[in-house]
Amino acid sequence: MSSNAPLLEVDGVSKRFGPVQALDRVDFEVHAGEVVGLVGDNGAGKSTLVKAIAGIHSPDGGRIRFEGREVSVSRPQDATALGIATVYQDLALCDNLDVVANLFLGMEEISPGPGRVPRQLDETQMEHRTGELLSGLSVTIPSLRSEVGTLSGGQRQQVAVARSLLGEPRVVLLDEPTAALGVAQTAQVLDLIRELREHELGVVVISHNLANVFEVADRIVVLRLGRVAGSFDAERTTEEHVVSAITGAAGNGGEGQREGSDR
Amino acid sequence: MSAATEGTTEAAAGRAEAAGARRETLRRFVQGDLASLRVVLGLAVIWLIFQTQNDRFLSAENLTNLMLQITAVGLISIGIVYVLLLGEIDLSVGAISGLAAAIVAVVNVKHGWNPYLAIAAGVLAGLAIGVLQGFLFSRFGVPSFVVTLAGLLAWQGALLQVLGSTGSININDPKITGLANTFYSDAVGWIVAVLVIGLYAGVVVAGHRRRVAAGLADASEGLAGQLVRLALVAAVVIVAVAVLNSDRGLPLALLILLAFVVGMEYVAKRTRFGRHVYAVGGNVEAARRAGIPIERVRIAVFGIAGTMAAIGGILAASRLLAVNQNSGGSELLLLAIAGPVIAGTSLFGGRGAVWTALLGALVIGSISNGMDLLALSSAVKFMVTGGVLLIAVIVDAIARQQRQAAGRV
Repeated sequence: MSSNAPLLEVDGVSKRFGPVQALDRVDFEVHAGEVVGLVGDNGAGKSTLVKAIAGIHSPDGGRIRFEGREVSVSRPQDATALGIATVYQDLALCDNLDVVANLFLGMEEISPGPGRVPRQLDETQMEHRTGELLSGLSVTIPSLRSEVGTLSGGQRQQVAVARSLLGEPRVVLLDEPTAALGVAQTAQVLDLIRELREHELGVVVISHNLANVFEVADRIVVLRLGRVAGSFDAERTTEEHVVSAITGAAGNGGEGQREGSDR
Repeated sequence: MSAATEGTTEAAAGRAEAAGARRETLRRFVQGDLASLRVVLGLAVIWLIFQTQNDRFLSAENLTNLMLQITAVGLISIGIVYVLLLGEIDLSVGAISGLAAAIVAVVNVKHGWNPYLAIAAGVLAGLAIGVLQGFLFSRFGVPSFVVTLAGLLAWQGALLQVLGSTGSININDPKITGLANTFYSDAVGWIVAVLVIGLYAGVVVAGHRRRVAAGLADASEGLAGQLVRLALVAAVVIVAVAVLNSDRGLPLALLILLAFVVGMEYVAKRTRFGRHVYAVGGNVEAARRAGIPIERVRIAVFGIAGTMAAIGGILAASRLLAVNQNSGGSELLLLAIAGPVIAGTSLFGGRGAVWTALLGALVIGSISNGMDLLALSSAVKFMVTGGVLLIAVIVDAIARQQRQAAGRV
């Protein structure tokens, strides 16, 4: 784990939807080359926190700092421009388009040379870059020209993650990346997450599956009823501790268990 | 396939890959990705049947007539393909084609406008109508079915209004009637054939060179398949020109249709806009999150549909030498939609190709033409065409179900 200043730092962020306090002064941080597992029961505020960082919900209070600078993230484009990429649970891929087309959707490249005049897509260059990107992530997809609809769930997840990396982000937020995947496919995706860590990215993984979180995360942050109920070093804690923080069985004891965290 | 590789393991891997590729081709054939190939076979069967019933069917004269008969509906279908790719429908294209033709006729015949200016006015009217309908659809979220159904009624009314009390206008400007009644000499036909084949070969070779240069393909990989395709295209072009030349020659109308098919296919498959059309038709939410301007894409597509409808209508008027109250009416709309669907463009959006407009028009045109030769009644003609459409739509639905069943395994 890196000991430098955090890449992304969320400081006292709150968000209220009508009578519901979805986030209550949440503190949270990710370093470069670190995988943070964000866990919690349904309605604990995991998705709200990710959406606040991704610029979909602007928070009511608190600060977000990116690479030490305070930033305002009020639109998804702001987050993208900063270098924060988000992969949502419903991957948002076009099943009818091939891997290359999905990867470059909305960011298609135009041919140089004579193809520039009729605005021809640079398929060769896009396929080339797709191949490089995927092999850099140790992802193998049989054919880059196969329709995404014909790929397995794990491969689709890999494509969605690879797509988020095209803009060369520093932080990647993954919403339930292993939900609805089989064992082998889950392993593929977890490998990919480790690969992201190798590339010195900050990774936030939301998941219900504690086993998966323990497999990849360096640090596990537990949200409960919109508050941080604990932050654990994955190496030095057990599932029981995390579960009791999730369910509240430990009372507010989670606050006292910030072993190994940087605070 | 590089079967010449040394080492048994590599050769075995190569064979396994080849077998996999064959399975993939078979799967695509069954699941409808290669629907067009299926339709080409269907077309061959249709031609064979009619030829055995009446040996004039495949004569040069009749085939030339067939080409002239499919021009208008083929042009309209090109716009319909774009609308279908979005997963929408445009019921107003028939009415737009009639109205646009009427506008051309009125300003040219009654107001003495220059024929080119008159044609431009008709095409612009189609574009404006399409954009308006696209705006209403995308801005207010009114289903395209309803917007264009309203359009169908309204533009038919406008057609009657524009034509005025006479109800029919004869066109005699040679520039306008020439669109559908010009035939080129044999020499011009062959020059066009050489240009088409040369251009296609150039595109194939240049594309292959770029892939090799980018390290995406070996110098030999896939070359055989491309040579076969090139040979097929060359054969079709040469036979077509030979047949057309032995009758009246290459018709200008066919050239216009082919130019639009190639041009719009290019836009659909090779440009950013086309890619966005497929994306919106495939998954609107994904397209929105990718930052694609969905409203603009939708408006542009309906604009294209209106424009192509107008061009088709003008060609139809040119062939008929007149515009009347029936222009763009009766079965034109339904055939223009049925054609691409028969030839494999999905009604559900995101799948299809512009050239299905041409192929579909050929299928429907052949059935209609063949039954005319056999002197069958309109009753039979409509029922048979309806049956073919139904079969095509069922095949499309089955292909879709199989894709969904196979998609997420």
